[in-house]
Amino acid sequence: MRKACLQSVYELAKADERVIFIGSDTTKQGLERFAADFPNRFFMEGIYEAHVIGMAAGMALCGKIPYINTIATFLTRRCYEQVLIDVCLHNLPVRLLGSGGGTVYAPLGPTHLATEDIAIFRAIPNMTIVAPCDAEEMKRVMTASLTWPGPMYVRIAKGGDKVVSSDRHPFAVGRAVPLREGAEVLLVTTGVTAQVALDAAVALESDGIDAGVLHLHTVKPFDADAVLSRARDAHVVLALEEHTVIGGLGSAVAEALMECGVSRNARFARLGFPDVFTDELGSQAEIMGKYGLKSESVVGRVKRMLKD
Amino acid sequence: MPDRSADAGSRDGGRLDARGVAHRREILRIVEKSGRGHVGSAMSVMEIVRVLYDDILRVDPKRPDWPDRDRFIFSKGHGCLALYVVLAEKGFFPKEELNRVCHFGAMLGGHPESGKIPGVETSTGALGHGLSIGVGCALAARVDRKTYRTFVLIGDGESNEGSVWEAALSAGQHRLSSLTVIVDYNRMQSYGPSRDIQDLEPLADKWRSFNFAVREADGHNPCGLRAALQSVPFDGSKPSVLICHTVKGKGIPAMENNAEWHHKAKIGPEDLAPFYQILKERG
Repeated sequence: MRKACLQSVYELAKADERVIFIGSDTTKQGLERFAADFPNRFFMEGIYEAHVIGMAAGMALCGKIPYINTIATFLTRRCYEQVLIDVCLHNLPVRLLGSGGGTVYAPLGPTHLATEDIAIFRAIPNMTIVAPCDAEEMKRVMTASLTWPGPMYVRIAKGGDKVVSSDRHPFAVGRAVPLREGAEVLLVTTGVTAQVALDAAVALESDGIDAGVLHLHTVKPFDADAVLSRARDAHVVLALEEHTVIGGLGSAVAEALMECGVSRNARFARLGFPDVFTDELGSQAEIMGKYGLKSESVVGRVKRMLKD
Repeated sequence: MPDRSADAGSRDGGRLDARGVAHRREILRIVEKSGRGHVGSAMSVMEIVRVLYDDILRVDPKRPDWPDRDRFIFSKGHGCLALYVVLAEKGFFPKEELNRVCHFGAMLGGHPESGKIPGVETSTGALGHGLSIGVGCALAARVDRKTYRTFVLIGDGESNEGSVWEAALSAGQHRLSSLTVIVDYNRMQSYGPSRDIQDLEPLADKWRSFNFAVREADGHNPCGLRAALQSVPFDGSKPSVLICHTVKGKGIPAMENNAEWHHKAKIGPEDLAPFYQILKERG
């Protein structure tokens, strides 16, 4: 997915000379063409994320559209104040491309897991948060990013994820995509939990349970209308995220349901990481599996909720 | 070798000219109405800001968004009362705004905000942000082959922040000769003398080691400041830094080098009356 993302940045740079690429000592892979074709707009900077964010803000103040790429943990936590003040307070078109969102870097341990990135960025006014589910959706996100007026964080998944999105639905930042219609159960997803939810919905169908999947590639701004219109008649609403259950997609869904009274009719749960450091190592799939983010677990959870 | 002779002049109480006195009277008037402010910090940077807007910056108060203007990043945002006095004087906004600093709904607050205040490039207040933004402005100018220059005013206390040195590394790496850093080196922080909290010495050597061309000046001597700033870049292949030796609270003896006046709240007219008197005698 990083490959698709960086390829898109190259295409954007070709089309618009305001586009700048900034890396913070990343791998060379995927950047060779940009560096060769647009050397004056290619900045491979040192390992100082706070500075890189401020520098990008300065460039944006002078009319540029900087795309910054480094590992998601460092792009969100190390430089939080720079993101909040330099980029978001000034409402600048800086794009933060976070590699390894969620538990992609599972084998590298807890320092490299970005499992609270959505929560901390949701709290910042003007910030837009996008978590594409596959490489094709990433391309659509990146195309739309060029004209998006404010800051944007793009959470990059592992890569090689099964392509489940399509251009059947018109793409727009902030507009949820119904990947599958189904009235009885509503599975709300972001990022690669879309694939988990779709597999679960297929399994549920074979058991006679009608489950829909609503994919929120954009967590903020939050498409509350899309969620509420489907949640209103559902018996179970389940939010799935590769993220702590505190402050992310599940929280956003809960807030919307509570404020509109929909929660009185539907059983609701958040499926994500509990309030612990997920330090199991292994693989992304193993960590997600341990905490119930696999289709079998989702099916079991939905069935239990339907019975309760 | 850096010229340190001017430094001695400011530290033994070098005199302010009439405009310097008038500016300080204006700062007192502002805090009389706001009841609070970083008074000592504003008096420390007063001459630096004045000289920049008098003689150095290519800016137009009638067109604050003029694309080719020089960029001035006021990174030590808490010293903003000095900036407000000069911006009002130059006509960026009506002087009446100075009567309601920090009031509900006012344009001018305890830290400067861009978008609200004509002539303010960036919102500052959290320390250690401005130099990175300045590096970005200077790089954007280079990409666009523009000739505008970037000036960033930072504090010595602010220089405790690691991000200042991250930005310095980057500016040196990029050989940003269109970038000038101005350090307000008053050697006093919020708690007390910098040497007791975080000594920056040898400061000039630090900047030199980050590949900056370094000069020093008396930060309260307009002629010396003008001469130094008119000669940037000091080296055509490096960013410049002008270390300005200043006095926190300069101009009012009770405030000078007094950390209590770094920031003060609940300032009443009775607190200020003796200061007006001192300025009257000096003016």
